[in-house]
Amino acid sequence: MNKPLPLLKVSGLTKSFGGVMAVLNVSFELKEGELLGIIGPNGSGKTTLVNLVTGFVKPNSGRVEYRGKNITGWAPYKVVGLGISRTFQMVRPFYQLPAFKNLIVPLYSSRVKKLAGGKYGDRNAVALDLLEEVGFERDARVAYKVAGSLPQGYLKRLELAKGMALRPDLIILDELFSGLSLAEVASIVPIIEKLRFQGITIIMIEHRLKELFRIADRVLVLNYGEKIAEGPGEEVMESEPVKKAYLGSETQ
Amino acid sequence: MKKRKERIDRGIKARSEDIFALSSYREMLYLLAPRAVPVVGLLGVAPFMSPYWQEIFISTAIYALLAISWDLLISAGLVSLGQSLFYGIGSYIAGTLNHYWGWSPLFTIPVATVGGGLLCTVFLLPVLRLRGIYFAMVTLVLPLMFSRLVEATRILGGTEGLPGLTPFPNQLTALYVIQLALLAALFGFRRLMASDYGLVIKGINDNDRSVMNAGINIYWYKTQILFLGASVGSFAGAFGTHIDMFAGMPGFALDYAIMPVAAAVVGGMGTFAGPMIGAFILVPLSEILRALGALRIVFYGLFLVIFIVALPEGIFHYVQRKYHQLERWVELV
Repeated sequence: MNKPLPLLKVSGLTKSFGGVMAVLNVSFELKEGELLGIIGPNGSGKTTLVNLVTGFVKPNSGRVEYRGKNITGWAPYKVVGLGISRTFQMVRPFYQLPAFKNLIVPLYSSRVKKLAGGKYGDRNAVALDLLEEVGFERDARVAYKVAGSLPQGYLKRLELAKGMALRPDLIILDELFSGLSLAEVASIVPIIEKLRFQGITIIMIEHRLKELFRIADRVLVLNYGEKIAEGPGEEVMESEPVKKAYLGSETQ
Repeated sequence: MKKRKERIDRGIKARSEDIFALSSYREMLYLLAPRAVPVVGLLGVAPFMSPYWQEIFISTAIYALLAISWDLLISAGLVSLGQSLFYGIGSYIAGTLNHYWGWSPLFTIPVATVGGGLLCTVFLLPVLRLRGIYFAMVTLVLPLMFSRLVEATRILGGTEGLPGLTPFPNQLTALYVIQLALLAALFGFRRLMASDYGLVIKGINDNDRSVMNAGINIYWYKTQILFLGASVGSFAGAFGTHIDMFAGMPGFALDYAIMPVAAAVVGGMGTFAGPMIGAFILVPLSEILRALGALRIVFYGLFLVIFIVALPEGIFHYVQRKYHQLERWVELV
């Protein structure tokens, strides 16, 4: 029997900004339902890699395939239409709007309309349900507060809800945990596990290794734009190049 | 004793934003009054004015429409300095159809509205990706280019223009046509921007990457808004050209580009009502100041500066805030 088609296949992806190689010849595959972690020191090209996959940045060379379809260099809205959604590391809410109104925009997209069979329905109600799912307590009416007045923890949840609103098959979470307290991270982890349970494939970019290793099937390590290791979390951390990248090499 | 001003939102404001649960005539009146003012003010008062002021009223309404169209574009993040492009194109389409083929205004104005909207959208489509000042520069240059084009190639009457167009049967008809158009644009666009569609448009202005990331093709939505705005501007042009009974290079004049911006700034951007109020202050004011002769521009400019410094948020935002808030002095303990 043939090997099943990978959900996402990235091969030889390269991007330079001026003379800096942000991402250099990165290849990886992702099976349906998997949770892949991407780690690496600051500036190692993790976010650029996500931008390349989601179409925010066009690669110099290389290929991105989704369900066997070449989507290299597609516009972001088309990539989203296929079922890949992402969150931003720097949260980007519409600050003057109430939290739940932020979700109206993704709920307005043609993908959501298509999945709902041509009907949008009551977007406000869907938005409120989604926010409850990511931990906006309904009794406290946090969802009605203006996004600009919410603390970081809620903004991150809102960002996650925005990604979920598109009903993706693959969701890419760019440093969702950064800037959150341990308790907040602990309360978001079950939401991610629930997404997995629903069969959604997940890519997580993280600096919080301990929390990541607990839920990730596999991690990929980037350094100076290159993939230096791939495999189960703890194992990868033991490998020589990764230790070097994180702790620095010994001076000669 | 120290005192502090306290501002409290009227409860009904919070409720009326999403849920319309009205309990008393007072509350209904509270919501209805601001909407009734422009309707009564426009339809009720204008017919009783002198013919001279009716004429001014008509040109004010034309500027108000251009200002509303400018405001629509700015709500999608498109800074336009080229309302004169819309006006000029609309006026030339209507003028051509009437001058060469003798179409009645009944047909020239609708055709010019849609056709002008389409044409301007096509002209600006290549630069739709540019933002802020870059888009503004192109919109500023295009009308200048077109008027030179007409001058150099002598098409469409060249510098002479197209004279002798069919006027409206009488002033009152013209008055009602432009008033209804103005009210339709005002309430239509306010409703549009309050809908989920409007939320997406405002999102594009606010944070376009976020909207892109929500699976929405922002350029398609910007194109739609551009078409709507250009159509309104072209309507103003087509209407104005039948009032003047003349279509020509003055249609591309800078006045039509500058006045809408000034009106929106004085009246309050992003509200449609604000730019309309702005136009209804600035245009008649410039008319009244005519008595001062050469000093007119000085006083006019002075008025503008004072207004912008004193009320940078614009008249409408200020009035709206006062209307929705209770103010009282509380003693500090």
